[in-house]
Amino acid sequence: MEEYLIITFEETTMALYMERICKREKKEGRMIPLPKAIDAGCGLAWATRERDEEVWKRFLERENIAYERMVEVEL
Amino acid sequence: MIYLDNAATSFFKPPQMIEAVCEYLKHPGNPNRGSHKAAMDAARIVLDTRMELAEFFDCHFSGVIFTSGITESLNTVIAGMFTARDHIITTYMEHNSVLRPLYRLGCELSVSDGSPEQMEGLLKDTTKAVVMNHVSNVTGEINDIRAVGKFCREKGLFFILDTAQSAGVLPISMEKEGIDVLCFTGHKGLLGMQGIGGLCLRGEPGIEPLKVGGSGIRSFDRRQPATYPSALEAGTQNVPGIVSLNASLQYLKERGIENILEHERSLGGYFAGKLASCDRITLYRNPRKEHVGIVSFNIEDMDAGIVSDRLSHLFEIETRAGAHCAPLVHRHYNTQSMVRVSFGIHNTKTDADRCLQALEEIMERTGKEVKR
Repeated sequence: MEEYLIITFEETTMALYMERICKREKKEGRMIPLPKAIDAGCGLAWATRERDEEVWKRFLERENIAYERMVEVEL
Repeated sequence: MIYLDNAATSFFKPPQMIEAVCEYLKHPGNPNRGSHKAAMDAARIVLDTRMELAEFFDCHFSGVIFTSGITESLNTVIAGMFTARDHIITTYMEHNSVLRPLYRLGCELSVSDGSPEQMEGLLKDTTKAVVMNHVSNVTGEINDIRAVGKFCREKGLFFILDTAQSAGVLPISMEKEGIDVLCFTGHKGLLGMQGIGGLCLRGEPGIEPLKVGGSGIRSFDRRQPATYPSALEAGTQNVPGIVSLNASLQYLKERGIENILEHERSLGGYFAGKLASCDRITLYRNPRKEHVGIVSFNIEDMDAGIVSDRLSHLFEIETRAGAHCAPLVHRHYNTQSMVRVSFGIHNTKTDADRCLQALEEIMERTGKEVKR
């Protein structure tokens, strides 16, 4: 088991855009099916071992990516 | 065969588009339905195509919505944004894919010539929108959408644009032209497959969906998600069609739509110029306007269907005759039908000359019949 930061989205299109930008920017993480413990609109979520929420918030704002929530979970 | 019916569907399809679709069909996936590789690969190409279209029409990618074609797009927008209590301004150049949804809605409708000057005089307190085409599918004339967009912004109206005959031929910026909703089809100037089209939104104009159903998100909610694009994309998408658009957009970028416009416009201009010099032909062309490569005409009182049939049967030249689903154009010109020639990316001046020669022969052979 390892701690992950999960970033969720309202729309699948935005989740896919997140994946595209993270790939371009070489950000750590990958798209996973939304863990059952988390409630969110879209069934895809970004899971990353880099758990500094503030860093991610700045990144998401800079890239104009609309996210729903950030939650730490053990996967 | 000489194909001169590109306003109905473009005959030339880029080979790389056909290849991309065939390749996709070897390993399809359902986008937004699961996170396995095939589903994600399909979802990624759908996103990529949204982004390409957003760049093409100058809007945000989350406002790019896929439909089965422009008829569905226009039905969605007209039924989903307006009510019978609204007043809407349109033009006499519209296709039935605009007119019939408006008639069915039962709204108050005013028909203009497409100019802001005439629209100004039609304004009412209840006016909500201008719904019109960029290019007439019958005469090929180009409407001044920048002027109409400016008018709509000044008057607080929605501007809904039908780009069936212009997308892929004329450059369009939703932002610069002030378009709120742009409806497009994939199989004409965009050179993609039939069965794919869409609409692009500037901002969030608020559209009630025509269809509801599976969205891949918020599955326990009884209502369709309100966020775009899911709000208007119930059901499995036409991914082969989206793949085709993706590849054809790349082709258009490489070829340059300004070159395509120049090519089609010059063929249309050449052909129309020759027809204009024949006194037995009536040309339906507004001299005060610019045109794409569409030319409509009649030979004296000959049935347009017979002319088109002879072109096809005797000369293997494929044109279209009839009302072209645009009844108000015929009221304007006092006609029932016209022969339409529409040039495409693959046509040459030789094609135009062969059609002109064939028309001359038809006129010669049917001279007595015409003059009876």
